[in-house]
Amino acid sequence: MIDGLPILSIMLAVPAAAAVACIFAGAAGARWIALLATLVDLVLGGMLWASFDMGPHAAQWQFVEYQPLFGRFAWAMGIDGFALMLILLSVFLMPICILASWKAIEKRVPEYMAAFLVTEILMIGTFAAQDLFLFYIFFEAGLIPMYLIIGIWGGVNRIYASYKFFLYTLLGSVLMLIAMLYMSATAGTTDIPTLMAYDFPAGVQTWLWLAFFASFAVKMPMWPVHTWLPDAHVQAPTAGSVILAGVLLKLGGYGFLRFSLPMFPEASAEWMWLVFALSAVAVVYTSLVALVQSDMKKLIAYSSVAHMAIVTFGLFAFNAQGIEGAMMVMLGHGLVSGALFLCVGVIYDRLHTREIDRYGGLAINMPKYAVLFMLFTMASVGLPGTSNFIGEFLALAGIYQVSTWFALIATTGIILGAAYMLYLYRRVVFGDLTKEDVKAMPDLDGRELVSLGAIAAVVLWMGVYPESFLKPMRPDVTRLIERIERAKPAGDSQPTPGNPEAAKAAHGGEEHGSGHAAPAESHGEAH
Amino acid sequence: MSALHFIVFLPLAAAAIAGLSNKMFGSTLPKLVTTGALFVACGLSWPIFIAYLSGAAHEQVVPVFTWITSGDMHVEWALRVDSLTAVMLVVVTSVSALVHLYSWSYMSEDPDQPRFFAYLSLFTFAMLMLVTADNLVQMFFGWEGVGLASYLLIGFWFRKPSANAAAIKAFVVNRVGDLGFMLGIFGTFLVFGTVSIPAILDAAPGMAGSTIGFLGMRLDTMTVLCLLLFVGAMGKSAQLGLHTWLPDAMEGPTPVSALIHAATMVTAGVFMVCRLSPMFETSQVAMNVITFVGAATCLFAATVGTTQTDIKRVIAYSTCSQLGYMFFAAGVGAYGAAMFHLFTHAFFKALLFLGAGSVIHAMHHEQDMRYYGGLRKHIPVTFWTMFAGTLAITGVGIPGLIHGIPAIGFAGFHSKDAIIEAAWAAGYPSAFWVGVGVALLTSFYSWRLVFLTFYGKPRWTQSEHIQHAIHDAHGHDAHGHDDHAHDGHGAHGHDAHHGEEADGTGGYHPHESPWPMLVPLLLLTIGAIAAGYLFHGYFIEAEEGAHFWQGIIAFDAHLMHAMHEVPTWVKLSASAAMVSGLAIAWLAYIRYPAFPAAFASSFSVLYRFLLNKWYFDELYNVLFVRPAFWIGRLLWKGGDEGTIDRFGPNGSAAAVKFGSALAVRLQSGYVYVYAFIMLIGLTAALTWAILL
Repeated sequence: MIDGLPILSIMLAVPAAAAVACIFAGAAGARWIALLATLVDLVLGGMLWASFDMGPHAAQWQFVEYQPLFGRFAWAMGIDGFALMLILLSVFLMPICILASWKAIEKRVPEYMAAFLVTEILMIGTFAAQDLFLFYIFFEAGLIPMYLIIGIWGGVNRIYASYKFFLYTLLGSVLMLIAMLYMSATAGTTDIPTLMAYDFPAGVQTWLWLAFFASFAVKMPMWPVHTWLPDAHVQAPTAGSVILAGVLLKLGGYGFLRFSLPMFPEASAEWMWLVFALSAVAVVYTSLVALVQSDMKKLIAYSSVAHMAIVTFGLFAFNAQGIEGAMMVMLGHGLVSGALFLCVGVIYDRLHTREIDRYGGLAINMPKYAVLFMLFTMASVGLPGTSNFIGEFLALAGIYQVSTWFALIATTGIILGAAYMLYLYRRVVFGDLTKEDVKAMPDLDGRELVSLGAIAAVVLWMGVYPESFLKPMRPDVTRLIERIERAKPAGDSQPTPGNPEAAKAAHGGEEHGSGHAAPAESHGEAH
Repeated sequence: MSALHFIVFLPLAAAAIAGLSNKMFGSTLPKLVTTGALFVACGLSWPIFIAYLSGAAHEQVVPVFTWITSGDMHVEWALRVDSLTAVMLVVVTSVSALVHLYSWSYMSEDPDQPRFFAYLSLFTFAMLMLVTADNLVQMFFGWEGVGLASYLLIGFWFRKPSANAAAIKAFVVNRVGDLGFMLGIFGTFLVFGTVSIPAILDAAPGMAGSTIGFLGMRLDTMTVLCLLLFVGAMGKSAQLGLHTWLPDAMEGPTPVSALIHAATMVTAGVFMVCRLSPMFETSQVAMNVITFVGAATCLFAATVGTTQTDIKRVIAYSTCSQLGYMFFAAGVGAYGAAMFHLFTHAFFKALLFLGAGSVIHAMHHEQDMRYYGGLRKHIPVTFWTMFAGTLAITGVGIPGLIHGIPAIGFAGFHSKDAIIEAAWAAGYPSAFWVGVGVALLTSFYSWRLVFLTFYGKPRWTQSEHIQHAIHDAHGHDAHGHDDHAHDGHGAHGHDAHHGEEADGTGGYHPHESPWPMLVPLLLLTIGAIAAGYLFHGYFIEAEEGAHFWQGIIAFDAHLMHAMHEVPTWVKLSASAAMVSGLAIAWLAYIRYPAFPAAFASSFSVLYRFLLNKWYFDELYNVLFVRPAFWIGRLLWKGGDEGTIDRFGPNGSAAAVKFGSALAVRLQSGYVYVYAFIMLIGLTAALTWAILL
């Protein structure tokens, strides 16, 4: 149906054209243009998914476009399963962001809508780029509209927040650029698929890995370079937070998946301890910090750091469960934290405060809101049947195969997560309705209901039938595992084969133990 | 579509309809839909159970669809039914259906009835998913699903701060158990390469004697896996250490306590251990730990139960203690007896809770037994059904001492005595003595409850709730004040009021509950009387049991035989303990009513230790809750703001000045700087690329 159409370029062109149109339109016009353009991209994304070949002989890279520009530079686009899923996440959240800004943004609406549309271009571009420098442009430029969104339409302290955001990302970017220059010179190509199969010497890998790590760790964000995130979220308008938590935080994880692991397998194994240690600190540290927050957005921002730590954990577990789990956490967290920021936005629009203690008893006058907020709270704590459970469960299962200690620490996140989310929910939604201004808050309107309802549907879908989302990624996971297998570290479990006869003798003879030869030894290492 | 599909998914559909139904429809439609669905599910469950009793049915697995596939991990949505599941199906659907019916009256004045019934049905669905699980992950789904429903129902009256606190506590404490459960699943998957329960159980015996690395130690593989999974069971079944949430869970409406916190959800841990019994059999250490934890919980909860004054809390501690019995039965290898006690306990404990609900209903929401007394003539049906429940829990019956004459008694007699005898027969004399001692305590606190509530003189006037009711009767305003109150007990004439004040009633007249509450009580009474005698053969007799269980649990026919061979004094010990407990309760609360107070004051340290539940809540508060908040604040203010930001983006003092000067100068201009730097980089790249 769409063979031969440069669908990825079209997906970039639609918001680009709409962004230009927005600038010349009035406030109302800009809103409708932006909504329409993002919906068109959503439909295109759906077509992408529907026609993505998941057969046994499917190509790794699909919808490939190649147009040499000059020198070694080319307009090289193409996606694999990972990219497909992240593009779908982006185009799904975009119309919801536009709807969330429908009434909340009153000044400079055309510019605001244009900034969002540019963000969409850059996000899709980052995931679809197959050329190293094309990726770099999209990846780094993606933050510019976000600076503007925070800096112009943000809260009181917006300048400090965007300044902090800027300082953090700058350092990482410079190092990554240097590494990229070195790589293209050494390997003689800027083609990402080629580089993914290129074997850099182990000594070089270490430095390249660290340079990329500096950039991706900030974007994740990993502890201790996470402190820009709470400030950025607090100051950003609702839709800015949604896109920041929903998609921009996934750029770091995507980077690890696309660059660090396949291009530098040995270095990834070498530095695994660093990633694990920082992630372990992040899970416990940021969860405890989230527990004591009095600002709703800060609380969710800190919880994002804890969830992203599960992603980095899973990615560096070197096994299928870990990597698939990490991807599913990224997708699930994108939806759920986006939805939670929308939930905050809904009541912020009504009362203009993010102070948790200013609310209470919303279940009484906002029952629809209470139900949806409960669903997303439960998804955030990883209740089975929701999207986040699949990801967390698989990622943690992957970590366990590498290290029982780190698995134990990472799993404490499910206890702490439950504590801070339920404590938040209790203070905002439960309790008696005593404050007069809170009593006056109306329940969700149609626009809000559609936005949150759509996310809720996908959250449940992903939780009950995650196969729709895992299937496109499976061949890529297999390829990645094959690629990094050679550097895979041994786990600490290493079960020995059973010895039922000896055990029986030791226990004074039980009836069992007829000798099922359990495939014990192989499993510690096989997956 | 098999009957199983309907049993499991009808409650889900009903919950969705009730939960999403518009307020326009009122509360009758949601109530009809959910209650109807549960009675249908119950009606479909009993034939399945009967088919297993007759030996006509065998285990089967009905696939639904694929859930998770990742690497070597395959997880299916599937409904498994075998004799073990069949037992749980009838327990869950029967008690749930009766609780739904009961709630029609009990909750009749609550404005949020659709929500309540939706939660009840949602709970039932999750519980059914748990018991029909064919793999550990689906079991975990049900496990967490019942946890969610429990959280929602404990916090059902969400305006009350105490209900919200109890709900969060239940969820978070259960999550501690879930941590163990999850690690257990991961470890099991690592060792066996599968999460399918039958496959694991097949392979488990072959792994006996294997060792595994865990947290830097080298340990016996099966011991590690079993104990991790058992931590999950401890959380859900409120075993010592992770029990603190269960008494607080009594904040929920009483029908919830009967269904979730007595008959079904809290027994999930016992069910899990029985389901995985062939696995637990491979680790003697794990079995010993289960026995120890079970016996310790059994004793701990019974001691606390003797001093509580809130009628629901007494029954809650009683539940905790009975769960301890089930665990140590499993620990000594008598899985049949554990399941049997689970089965009979479901009936008599649901009965006791619903009876307590009926008392609370009659006493205008007063839950403190100190303000009850003399109620047996006022609410006779409630009295007689609770009396039967007490006979069942204390284990009244005639031991079968002479060969050929079978033992006969109330439900708990058959199941609890079997556990105590099994402990002896399996060679655990210490567990046996704990079992006997707790039988005495059980009898004492159960009869104490009955005597305080139904006997003696009314002590109602001291109750604020009753005062309230009397006061309202004067003002003819019995309804408006309490959003979850029931039909107006206060609405009776106040002419008799002054004349009766001296007798402790304050002129208050408790009324017997309406029929939707009495019918479940009467039906459960049948279970409390007969469930033990009717079914003991299938659950615990050597031949019949082996035939019924079909190897689904690690049924030990030798142990079941040996139970009959125990000395006569062992057989009599439980009954002797029961009679002693009754005698002490009678002496203390009927014959010499001043004695308990005198005892409490002369042994005040012991009394306060028990009254304060061994100070577990205080201890946990000091050890975990407060430090978590304190450390959180420290990390936030001292870590993020005081260290990372100070030396990071804000730089040292000088750099801050420089930074802010820069920021001021550039305002939003640094965005362009950034873009500029990026461009310089790209130019460099460009040059490089063109030159090469």
